[in-house]
Amino acid sequence: MGSFFEILRQHIRTAIKSLLSNKGRSFLTMLGIVIGVAAVIMIVSVGAGAQSLILNQVKTLGSNLIGVLPGHSEEDSPFSAAAGFSVTTLTYEDAKALTNKRNVPNLVDVVAYSKGAGSVVWGANSYDTQINGATTGYMIVEGGELAGGRFFTDDEERNFARVIVLGYSVKKELFGESDANGTKVRIKNQSFEVIGVMKERGVVALQDYDDQVLLPIKSAQKLLGVNHIGLLRAKVDSEENIKRAIADVETTLRERHDIQDPSGRSDDFTVRSAAEALEIITVITDSLRFFLAAMAALSLVVGGIGIMNIMLITVTERTREIGLRKAVGAPSSTVMEEFLTESVTITLLGGLIGIILGIIASLLVAMVIQFLGYDWSFVVSFFSIVLAVVVSTAIGLVFGLYPAYKASRLNPIEALRYE
Amino acid sequence: MSLIDIKNLGKIYGIDDEDDVETEALKNISFSIEKGEFVTIMGPSGSGKSTLMHIVGLLDKPTSGQYLLNNVDITTLSDKELARMRSAEIGFVFQAFNLLARTSVLENTKLPLLYSKKKFDHDRQAKKVLKSVGLSHRLDHLTNQISGGEKQRVAIARALINKPSIILADEPTGNLDTKSGDQVMGLLKDLNREGHTVVVVTHEQEVAEFAKRIIFVRDGELVSDKIVKNRRTKLLNK
Repeated sequence: MGSFFEILRQHIRTAIKSLLSNKGRSFLTMLGIVIGVAAVIMIVSVGAGAQSLILNQVKTLGSNLIGVLPGHSEEDSPFSAAAGFSVTTLTYEDAKALTNKRNVPNLVDVVAYSKGAGSVVWGANSYDTQINGATTGYMIVEGGELAGGRFFTDDEERNFARVIVLGYSVKKELFGESDANGTKVRIKNQSFEVIGVMKERGVVALQDYDDQVLLPIKSAQKLLGVNHIGLLRAKVDSEENIKRAIADVETTLRERHDIQDPSGRSDDFTVRSAAEALEIITVITDSLRFFLAAMAALSLVVGGIGIMNIMLITVTERTREIGLRKAVGAPSSTVMEEFLTESVTITLLGGLIGIILGIIASLLVAMVIQFLGYDWSFVVSFFSIVLAVVVSTAIGLVFGLYPAYKASRLNPIEALRYE
Repeated sequence: MSLIDIKNLGKIYGIDDEDDVETEALKNISFSIEKGEFVTIMGPSGSGKSTLMHIVGLLDKPTSGQYLLNNVDITTLSDKELARMRSAEIGFVFQAFNLLARTSVLENTKLPLLYSKKKFDHDRQAKKVLKSVGLSHRLDHLTNQISGGEKQRVAIARALINKPSIILADEPTGNLDTKSGDQVMGLLKDLNREGHTVVVVTHEQEVAEFAKRIIFVRDGELVSDKIVKNRRTKLLNK
């Protein structure tokens, strides 16, 4: 008999011989594991790509941004506003107070938003888009660039001026190649003068900068019928000062909102840095990825049941052979090892094919997305490959155990008589 | 010291199962077989000869009495030890050949070595025993490409490969025509002449008479134990 490896090699030879004797069936049995492993590898890889895409985009916004949202929310959890109901605790005056250097000396500028949706109409053309009321801090905080015309001024912001700056897509949809500056567009039957058009920027951090129009915030609030701010973004002068700036913002807002509790537990607003936002996005996308991977892993369980089924059939078909092996001296434990080796050979082989297919599929997805112009990275983690190997081996062991046990318990006398 | 020493051996089926009717398959059987003998265990169907063969071949255990094989009391052995003992001491030849389908003659012959503790060069040993049964020209043939007589010779080669103490053949000619049966029995006789201990189980008088000694079993009891005076060399006297 010899060493452990010699025995293992012998078992594997026996297993492969048996699998080759029924190639079609072995392949179909393997298919469940192949598909399951390929799906898991692909989901984990594409998920990692999507995550890095989102994170990269958030980073391009600048890591020394902070955001203020209305409503209280716990650390490391999504903003309460994200739950879908609107909170009205932030006002235009709050934004103005933060702009004041005496309150928060480290802020370069602040932009406040009141957002809504609506159709922009020019002549016979109409286009549904985001109606974003913003303060003049927009250009500095968001790093906006104009393709033509100008942005609105502080005076226009204060005085409810009916002016509008068009996002790139809106301009193209409504005006095509012709010049929009100086024309009048209508939103909710009110007329606004186009004073500028933004440069093309695309989707950054899930936000389409081209599919929006920008209005002075007060004009927009009047138009949308709101008087609160949905989001406030501020740019801090340098990364080291983010903590201090956040503290100053919190102190200022607590003072304005008459909140005595300095712990932050009774705040009616939430301040987050871009870094924290990154963490939250990571948490969300991670859980999404693992959920999807777990769903795909379910198909591995189904594949495993298929393997158990086939192995049970194999044991029945090979009853006489098992009887013979026992008669010529195979102990029950060896018969069990032989059948376990066979089921593990199926699943491990299936797993390896699945890994290769999964990598190829992830690569194809990456190539298509890169072709579409996104900054997509193709990642297949070593960990997911190791995991796939371990899991497919485990499935072979777990689902092969019962059939192998059954084979090992066969009485050789009865097995030899089996017809 | 005998190779096989059986004393007062009994086998009752259903003894562990209270609902089952107990069947006494073997009663008070005693005999011994020396090394180098050629013995037939004979009896009509239902006589208990198969049960006796299974016990002699270590596939089953007696419920009473004693069985010493090479001076080892097999009633005290675990299943694993029995398997090891089968591997080392017993070479089986079955009525239905029980060769692995779609597998070469050489591979079939080597099968017992998978489970053997004895050290052999697998291929060399297999070729050697296949030569001794006259199948050197069939090494790579698959088992479904050879005749019944050849199949049984492969089975005999397989039984020989591990150099067992006993070759135990259960109705070795049962599935063969007379000519092939002659050849197989002749081969067993030759092997015995070379020193192998051969035990054949059969219900056929003609087959039994190839042996030197016939143990006759009926209704679970040993009826007679006789030396064969005129040993057969052919199944049919022409």
